[in-house]
Amino acid sequence: MVKIEHLKISFADKTILKDISLSLKKGENLVILGKSGSGKSVLIKCLVGLIAPTEGSVMLFEKNIFDLGEDDLNLLRKKVGFLFQSAALYDSMTVRENLEFQLRYSKSLSEFEKGELVRSMLASVGLEESMDKMPSELSGGMQKRVGLARTLITSPEIVLYDEPTTGLDPFTSREISKLILEVQKKYNTASIIITHDVECAKSTANRILILKNGAFIAEGSFKELNESTDKEIQPFFNQ
Amino acid sequence: MIRGWRLFFEEITKITRFSLRFFRSVFKLPLDVNELFRQCYSIGYKSFPLVAITGFIMGLVLTIQSRPTLAEFGAESWLPAMVSVSIIREIGPVITALIFAGKVGSGIGAELASMKVTEQIEAMEVSGMNPFKYLVVTRIIATTLMLPILVIAADAIALYGGYMGVNLKANVNIHLFFSSVFDKLCFMDIFPALIKTVFFGFAIGLIGCFKGYHSGKGTQGVGESANYSVVFASLSVFIIDMMAVQITSLFL
Repeated sequence: MVKIEHLKISFADKTILKDISLSLKKGENLVILGKSGSGKSVLIKCLVGLIAPTEGSVMLFEKNIFDLGEDDLNLLRKKVGFLFQSAALYDSMTVRENLEFQLRYSKSLSEFEKGELVRSMLASVGLEESMDKMPSELSGGMQKRVGLARTLITSPEIVLYDEPTTGLDPFTSREISKLILEVQKKYNTASIIITHDVECAKSTANRILILKNGAFIAEGSFKELNESTDKEIQPFFNQ
Repeated sequence: MIRGWRLFFEEITKITRFSLRFFRSVFKLPLDVNELFRQCYSIGYKSFPLVAITGFIMGLVLTIQSRPTLAEFGAESWLPAMVSVSIIREIGPVITALIFAGKVGSGIGAELASMKVTEQIEAMEVSGMNPFKYLVVTRIIATTLMLPILVIAADAIALYGGYMGVNLKANVNIHLFFSSVFDKLCFMDIFPALIKTVFFGFAIGLIGCFKGYHSGKGTQGVGESANYSVVFASLSVFIIDMMAVQITSLFL
């Protein structure tokens, strides 16, 4: 579903990502674990064409996204959900409008069906009663959950999570991790989860890639990496 | 010095590309009509009170200030005509556009910049929407359509203000005042003035959207976008006005 080959990204003289390659299979949860400033967010933004690579290719559904025109890229993006670190809710719209906005140009659904879909998506993240609230009235965890509902309302085949648990208390972090797993099971989506939170990685990952200084230094399951004696890998798990 | 010129030309190139993107997008369907109406309401209707107050004061003050000079030449009867020509040809469109640039230009700049900073524009982009069309195209069309309407309203209110100003020291019937106004106005006073307001509106919307859409990071970026939007939009109003006057004078 996703294939990145020899990806390199540089800004001015600074190289952020060096020769990154990865692939993602259907139904798989891939966690990219790395410290702040290791290039995680740049990588995930490159995956949806927000940042252009200096070298290499990004294939989504077997198409190189940087060879596509604006309209084709937008069509492809509809199959990909993206949950931002800050949730990035549209702050001039209510929760309901935030979700409805994603269905704005959908011709296959009637207005009634759109309303019902919004209601059921919000119910699935436990926020049906917050439908008419503004994003500013919600807590950080609630905003993340609305962001997740907004991401999933278009039934994406791939979901990208940018630091889904950052800034949340341990209880809410666990709730979000649980939701990520539920999404994987319920919708059979493939996910890439960018995080520095080991607990989140532990509970959500089928496979983990460790990113350090713009390059992957290790790959494996949580158990394998956690038991590793490699001095470069150990600091990520002994926090 | 060289760096300053380079930055200037880079900015000109960017804004030219931005406006070309606008013209490419504006004819591409579907246009978000609901959002366009919402913007017209927010940009046009909500600016009306400010524009109305400014227009009234403009007409009143211009009349009061002009009266002594005309009285010296015994030409007080020319007051309505002089005030109307000044307002409709020049002062009405320019002052209204400046007020509009201050209110709407800065508002658009700050709104889009804060959306950019909080990743809302990126969120639209990754969900396959076209944020340029939804946010930029609708706002530029709204400013282009609404400013001429606001200028017509401001001109009418300014003329009424002029009527009140005349009546502070005389007793002139409203019919007499307005017949004196329209006697001296001709097509070439009204039409070029209205046409230039279309360009004023376009420039204000374009600059506000450009500055907001390409905002720097953080709260400083939002502040700078709002600030530059007003400064450059106001400057563009004067530049367009100067060009419009030159072009109009060719036909007079």
